[in-house]
Order: sequence, then C-alpha cells, then structure tokens
Amino acid sequence: MIRTGIIGLGKMGISHCAILGAHPDVDLVSVCDSSSLVLEGFKKYSRFECFNDYKKMIADMNLDALVIATPTKFHAEMVSHALNNNVHVFCEKPFSLNAEEGRQLTALAKRNNLVNQVGYHNRFIATFMEVKRILELNVLGDLYHFVGESYGPVVLKEKAGTWRSEKGQGGGCLYDYASHTIDLIHFVLARPVKVSGTQLKFIFSKDVEDAVYSNLTLETGLGGHLSVNWSDDTHRKMATQITVLGKKGKIIADATELKIYLKEDNKALGLTRGWTVKNIVDLSDIANFNLRGEEYSFQLDHFIHAVKTKNITNRSSFESALVTDELINQLIGDNSNN
Amino acid sequence: MERVIFGDNQFFGINHSSEEKSRAQAIRFKENQAIVEVLDIAIAEGIQTFMCTTHDRIADICETLRADSKYENFTIYPCMPYAHKYSNAVTELGIMGSIKQYLPGNIFSTLAKGGMAFVKKDFIAMMELMIDAEMKMFKGISTPVIFLQNVVTDLLLGLGMSDFLVGFHHYVRHKYKAEAGFITMNLPLLLNVLESRGIENPTICASINKLGFRMSGGKEVYEKTIAEKRCRLIAMQVFAAGAIPPKEALEYVCNMDGIESILFGASSRGNIRNSKSLIDAFTEKRRESFVDPSNKQTADNYLSL
Repeated sequence: MIRTGIIGLGKMGISHCAILGAHPDVDLVSVCDSSSLVLEGFKKYSRFECFNDYKKMIADMNLDALVIATPTKFHAEMVSHALNNNVHVFCEKPFSLNAEEGRQLTALAKRNNLVNQVGYHNRFIATFMEVKRILELNVLGDLYHFVGESYGPVVLKEKAGTWRSEKGQGGGCLYDYASHTIDLIHFVLARPVKVSGTQLKFIFSKDVEDAVYSNLTLETGLGGHLSVNWSDDTHRKMATQITVLGKKGKIIADATELKIYLKEDNKALGLTRGWTVKNIVDLSDIANFNLRGEEYSFQLDHFIHAVKTKNITNRSSFESALVTDELINQLIGDNSNN
Repeated sequence: MERVIFGDNQFFGINHSSEEKSRAQAIRFKENQAIVEVLDIAIAEGIQTFMCTTHDRIADICETLRADSKYENFTIYPCMPYAHKYSNAVTELGIMGSIKQYLPGNIFSTLAKGGMAFVKKDFIAMMELMIDAEMKMFKGISTPVIFLQNVVTDLLLGLGMSDFLVGFHHYVRHKYKAEAGFITMNLPLLLNVLESRGIENPTICASINKLGFRMSGGKEVYEKTIAEKRCRLIAMQVFAAGAIPPKEALEYVCNMDGIESILFGASSRGNIRNSKSLIDAFTEKRRESFVDPSNKQTADNYLSL
C-alpha cells in the first residue's frame, strides 16, 4: 500500500482525495488545507488525519507519495519540500509560475529518483491517445496545420472571484484552461516552441484574461492556432478539441470521439477512404473507480503504479509540464508586446 | 417503479458520444415548449415517470406540468444537484463562495436554520438546506423517489463520508416521504457501503450495458452484484452512448434478473416508441418464460418483474 497525503482540498484536491480514497493500492492517510471550514468537515466526517501545516504533515505521516492541489503560486515551495523529504509527487497543473524554479524542481526529482507527475488529464483520454498513435504512424502524411481549442463556462459575468481571478496567482484562462490545450498539443504533436500574434482578452474579469488566442510553432516547424475561452456558455463544461490537417487527410478529436478523414484507404490501419468515427466507448479501458470521467482515475493509477514500480519516466512528467509553463510565459510576453 | 423511465439528458445537450450531437440537441431544445412536446410523446407511448436533474429549466417545465390536469398522474424522480452549476461556481468562487451563492437566503443572517448550521459547522444540516432548495421547484408534483447525482454519490463514496449518504436517505424519507435513490458509476462499492450503514435494499441507478461502459471494476463484478438482488435497480446508459444497437442493448438489460427499471432518453417519437416497445416485448417474453412449467424459475422471479 502506498501511504499518500493530499495538500489542498479545493475542487481538484477533493476529487483526487475521493479517487485515491477508493484506490486498492493506496492508503490515503492525511489531508492538509488552510480552510478551517473544509478541515472541520474532513475531521468530522472522514477517516483521514487533518493538518493545516503541510510541513508538519510531511514530517509526521511518513508518506510515500503526495498530491499537491493548491493554488499554483504555492507549488514550487511545496514540491521542493516534498522532494527533499524523499516523497513522490503528483502536482496539479499548471506546474510552476516561474520556469527557472520549475527547471530546478525537475532536476531535483531526477536527482532524488522520485516519481513526478503533473495533472494534465488529457494525456489519459483514450481518444487523444489514439490521435497520438495515428499521427506517429504518419497516417495523415505531411502535416500542414493544427488547431487546439478549449471552451467552457467558468466566468460568465463581471464579479469578484477567487485566487483564479487574481493576477499573478496562476489563475486566469491562460493558466487554468489554456495550459491543458497547450499540453495536449505537446502530447499529440510536438513541443511548442514559439508564439506570435497573441491576444489575451479580458471579457468579464478585471485582472485576468478570459480568452487566449495565439499562433504556435512546434519544434517540428508545424504551425497552428490556439483558441481558448472560459467565458463561453455555449458549452456545458470544459470542452477541448484538437484538429490536425495533413496532405493525406484530417483528424478532429475531443474527449468523446475521434473523426478521421482520409483521401485514400490506409490498409495497415484498416481505415477506409472518407470519414471514420471512433468513439471513446470503444477506445477506453474500464476504470476501477469512476468519479468524473475515467481519465481522472487513470492518471492517478499511472502515478501510483509508477510509485509502486519506482519508475520515474512518466507520461506527464515535470519535464513535459515545464514546456507548458515556458510557453505560457512566452504568451504573456508576446501579448504585452502587442 | 415503472419498468420504463424517461430521462432528460437529451434536453440539456448532454451527449456522451459527441459534442456535435450535444450542440444539435441544445439548439433543438432551446425553448421549453420543445421539451414539453417530447414529454407528451413519452406519455402517449405509455411512460409515466420522468427522471430529471434539478436544472433551472426544469423549474419552468414543472410550472407547465402543474398548470395542466392532464399531467396529474405524471411522476418525476428529481436528481440533485445539477452538478455543473456548482462545479463551475467552485472554479470561479471557491468552495465558500459557492456555499454563499447557493444556500437559500443569506446564511449569515436571514435564514435562522442556515445561520445556525454554519456556526455549528453542521454539514448535514447544510445538506438538508440544499436539498430543500433543490426540491422547491417540484412543489405539488409527485416525487416518490429523489436521487443524489452520481458525481456527489461517488465523491462521498470515495471520501468515505457515508454519513452524508445516510443523511440524505433519512432526510428524503422524513421530509418528503419519498424513497432516496443514489445514482452511481460504482455500483458494487456503493451497495456494500450502504448495507454496512444499515440501508437495506436501497434504490440505485447505475450504468449497465453490454459493453461494460462506465461499469467500474468491470462487467463481471456488476453482473454478479446485480444477480444477488440486493437493491432496487434502475439501469442507465444502457446503449453505452449509442455504441450498442438498440435491440441488442435492451435485450441485454431486459434479460437480467435484478433490474427493476430501465432509463432512457430520446428526442423523437420513433425512437421513444421503438425503445419502449422493445423493452415491453423483451420483458413480456421473460415473464412468459417464468410461467412456463418447464422452467425451474419460481413465481418470485415472475413477481420481481
């Protein structure tokens, strides 16, 4: 059993807590939060040891692994403390506000031989995994364009909010939503390295952007668009889609289905000319516990399995998350240049 | 419970197979009248129970149902809460901000019970207030079963906070004289936990389909649990988001011993009629097989259908 603790009992922390609480290989022993109300609830109704000081929790609980789901500005300090105490870390996204700090933490995790993962759950959605597989087999031929999009209804009117709506805290549409889209582009295509024509738009929020539009260039030279908006109530919840165009066809994929258009048959993959639709139901494995979608369970399974087997190569490592952090910084710089 | 229960996902653009279909449904059901028209079709096809989430728009639909005596025998199974409303609020406002926004009245002053609950940090009382807030829209409508949505059931299940599941069960019985229902993606685990807390034969709605879609832990453990008949069970997601053809999908669930009702949603008369008549036909066939003297099954099985 992996002795595990959680810091931060907000939306993601509580969700991770429930999934790990039901995980057969995990002994979730403790939780930590700064809200006395939330802690009171956990003290009264859960079996977990409760802390309001994360250093004390790490010192007292002899943890193998730790989930960090606090506001982004606290990540670096907490991750560093955990790694220095020889604890494997799953950290929520985005990884770090400061890329230099992120690089140091990545090196520290490697040096201490500790499992390190960031909560980019799209990497565990079967449709996106299938897109990656198809692209690696060069089914679309030479690629010439991509579009990465995420839309959802978070900020729909002008009013005060939480840390997510304060400048410099790691909130805003860029950190909260666009980080997922950028990471997905990195996952299925290649590392994005350059940005241009960035527009960070304030729609309803006063201090943070509600939409992010930009042009990205990948390390392969492929260019495409990033289009993200968290003030879009035509979607019921966050919807992420990636479109890839190549000389032999096109792929459009979201979390529920994957549509491939091919100009000619692809015999190796058994795909025929024209449209083929693959659904998540056919592609996905069955989770052992399901809270809000299989991917949230699968990403934690991946982490726990890595801890069990002491395998520090990870599908969503600090190193890969750092690419997103660096790109976010470029987007901010590019926007202020405009 | 009736053998066939009509669902509401299609009305709110909830489609597990395609974002495009979601949008098409959101466009089609822009006006509440379009929803009422489909409910009328379901009623005409012999379905008298509508299982729906406590979406704001359901409040308007309830107005229509109350105003017309032709809906007198129509029954609603409310499912609460409408999770995305709260989930998006938590991202934007935080947990405290969301509690402030959604608890009825101002918890700090005007609402005496709410104010007290907050001061004493009595979370069960807070939950009861939220149940009351969600139930307001159904006043005057028959709601014999009231469900907790899977995102909340499964969250509490994972957190090990079964006090709230028990609290929900008791409060719904006591205050609304209704049966508490639990929607879940984790049927075997939920059933064990409820039984361990003394809730026998609970009403549960779970994903059950031939493909094992959203059946956590796998199809085998589900089939074994269902066969034990330890709960009153409604099968949902029987078509696995459209991945199983209707006839095959319905034959699988209709032939399973231990499933009391089947939930499905549809938008057209053709699909509603087709699914309803397939369920009726498969169910009838099973009934006949039970009364066949060559079949060793007892009359108990017959009655359970």
